Amino acid sequence: MNIIITGLITGSMLALLAISFSLIFGVARIVNIAHTAFYMVAAYCIFSLTGKFGLNPVVGMMIAVVVVTVFGLLAYKFLIDPIREHEAAVLIATIALAMIFQEAVMLIFTGDYRTVSALIEGYFIVMGVKVFFQQVLTFGVVLVVLALLWFLLMKTKLGLAIRSTAEDREVANLMGMNDSRLAMITMGVSVALAGFTGAVLAPLTVLSPYMWMEPLIMMMAVVVLGGLGSIKGSFVAAYILGFTEALVVFVIPKGAFLKGSVALTIMILVLLLRPEGLFGVSFEEER
Amino acid sequence: MKRVTFGWSFFVTLCLVIFMSVPVWGRTIKIGVIGPMNFVQGKGHWNGAIMAAEEINARGGVQVGKEKMNIELVKADSNEFLSMTDATNAMERLMTQDKVDFVVGGFRTEAVLPMQDIAMDYKKIFIGCGAATKSICDRVAENYSRYKYWFRGTPFNERYLVATSFAHLGLAGATIKKELNVPVKCAIVGEKATWVEGMIKAAEATIPKMGFELVGVWRPSAVATDVTAELSAIQKSGANLIFTIFSSSVGITFARQAGELKIPAAQVGINVEAQKDGFWEATKGMGNYVFTMNTYARGIEVNEMTKPFVETYIKRFGEVPTYTADTYSAISYGLVPSIEAVGSLDADKIVAHMENREYMVPSGKVKYQKDAQGRPTHDLTWGPGYLTSLGVQWQDGKLVAVWPNKWKASPTAPEVTYKGMVPLKLPPWMKK
Repeated sequence: MNIIITGLITGSMLALLAISFSLIFGVARIVNIAHTAFYMVAAYCIFSLTGKFGLNPVVGMMIAVVVVTVFGLLAYKFLIDPIREHEAAVLIATIALAMIFQEAVMLIFTGDYRTVSALIEGYFIVMGVKVFFQQVLTFGVVLVVLALLWFLLMKTKLGLAIRSTAEDREVANLMGMNDSRLAMITMGVSVALAGFTGAVLAPLTVLSPYMWMEPLIMMMAVVVLGGLGSIKGSFVAAYILGFTEALVVFVIPKGAFLKGSVALTIMILVLLLRPEGLFGVSFEEER
Repeated sequence: MKRVTFGWSFFVTLCLVIFMSVPVWGRTIKIGVIGPMNFVQGKGHWNGAIMAAEEINARGGVQVGKEKMNIELVKADSNEFLSMTDATNAMERLMTQDKVDFVVGGFRTEAVLPMQDIAMDYKKIFIGCGAATKSICDRVAENYSRYKYWFRGTPFNERYLVATSFAHLGLAGATIKKELNVPVKCAIVGEKATWVEGMIKAAEATIPKMGFELVGVWRPSAVATDVTAELSAIQKSGANLIFTIFSSSVGITFARQAGELKIPAAQVGINVEAQKDGFWEATKGMGNYVFTMNTYARGIEVNEMTKPFVETYIKRFGEVPTYTADTYSAISYGLVPSIEAVGSLDADKIVAHMENREYMVPSGKVKYQKDAQGRPTHDLTWGPGYLTSLGVQWQDGKLVAVWPNKWKASPTAPEVTYKGMVPLKLPPWMKK
């Protein structure tokens, strides 16, 4: 029971990050390494707004998401869009962007560890396992975000345009869709989701200028395991790796620090058997 | 005209020769302060060094032979939490560009070892104020001619950190037995880092000998941001005492989540984050009852030097000094008296003087050790009368000292109690 609950919570946190990362890759083929850096910026925004300016945490979260979205759109417009056709250049540019964010945070907030108050304090007990309300909130948010994403992609004109562009950019262009504008909108949605993830997870973590690195590795692992660009794949893979991490802690407590390594090893093993990832084939066929 | 030109040239040349041949005019003693300057540990290094330099310069400087020399500090950011290369580059720059005479600081063993090598290459005295690994000092005994310029300033080595932690565990275990009347079940939780390895082995061997049941060992990452899985497993194991060994951010995560989940166990050991005034805010008050080894605490007097140092530091920097601020002692009581005694900045002469001294510092008395074969290690002596450190506990927002309080290192050893001690408290949720 411990493993199931812990795995569900860890998986939800990974899913939130991986889904938003997958979205922009699936639509615009942009590998945004700075994705978790946007998540970090959102967390620090909330820390400042609630801690230093005394704003209500929910208001702080909303402002943080807006700020991060604006940063994301500016980054797309001035950094990514001009070099979008060169995937390697985008990769390197977004690494540089993440480093810039890291150094800026280090300058403004120093390297001291910071924390943010939980939106809902306390915990409850499920079959002998203590679970934070904040963790349940995170789990609920993943489900809501997924439902909203599904609605956006499947039931709106914008979603139709995004899916069309993802399937065949040239044909979509010929049909009168502005793929650059769509990519920008998708980037906005993706970064807003990263910001929202930062807002939801900030109370569960410790803020530091290099907090973006660890989730980046696990998020990439989730995305690769699930199949690049596949939202469904990211969701499933997030829970596989989440459960793996929980299993490691309970089965080999002395090797708890290995939980990330074991999860990555499982990813490699799956990729050896299925190089395109769990849901990669159907995704490629769709394209 | 020719004569005037010649005259001026002669005068200018003479001035240059005089200026260049008498470099000691207004010369300062350059001390490099190296540490992760964007982090609390580095700030401690720098603040302690500033206090020392200001005090020494205010009283006229250091008497080096017949002249007085002021201290000039050179700040070097090792950034060692993020990059070992940055750390070695910072040390290399101190040696080649800044041309410092001495170095104090360093924090993580992984960074201190290569930094030590660089300082030794240049035969510069390096007083370490952060890393606890014994092997750093073992190098002095093994290759004295190369490593003799290294001294440990703080903390005492991991073997003594373990011994002190066992004394702390003994106190907590006795309190659990007395107040709850239950056998003590102990879990060990140590971050994955070099300095922890030896401590874990020693703890696994010693805890059963103390009459406690060892229920397991957990090793989270030093920067883990979620330890709920570990905490669930620890609670399931039935542990009522957790021996913590943390120097990084996991110390905040663990304390906060254990407090929020009200894990029914006392946290005792080393938690460097809990030594800082900001810990209460960082854990949103959930770090209540966390017990950690520390060097200084408000209102505690190890000797007559403690109170003036701690109070001046708080007045100057607004917080209680952490142990890395012992750069103050390294400069004021270690380096400077030896420079004045030998009347020179010659590193070999200063080493020969320093290694044979015994001197008081605000945290106790410093005496450099020799190994079993009588070889100098330049490591610190631990125990009653020397350095013991403190055991401090967060009690309702205040960091109070609870150890040593009538502590006896052995049945025949003298009892040690420092002024200002209060009793240890168990978390109230352990009693339900």
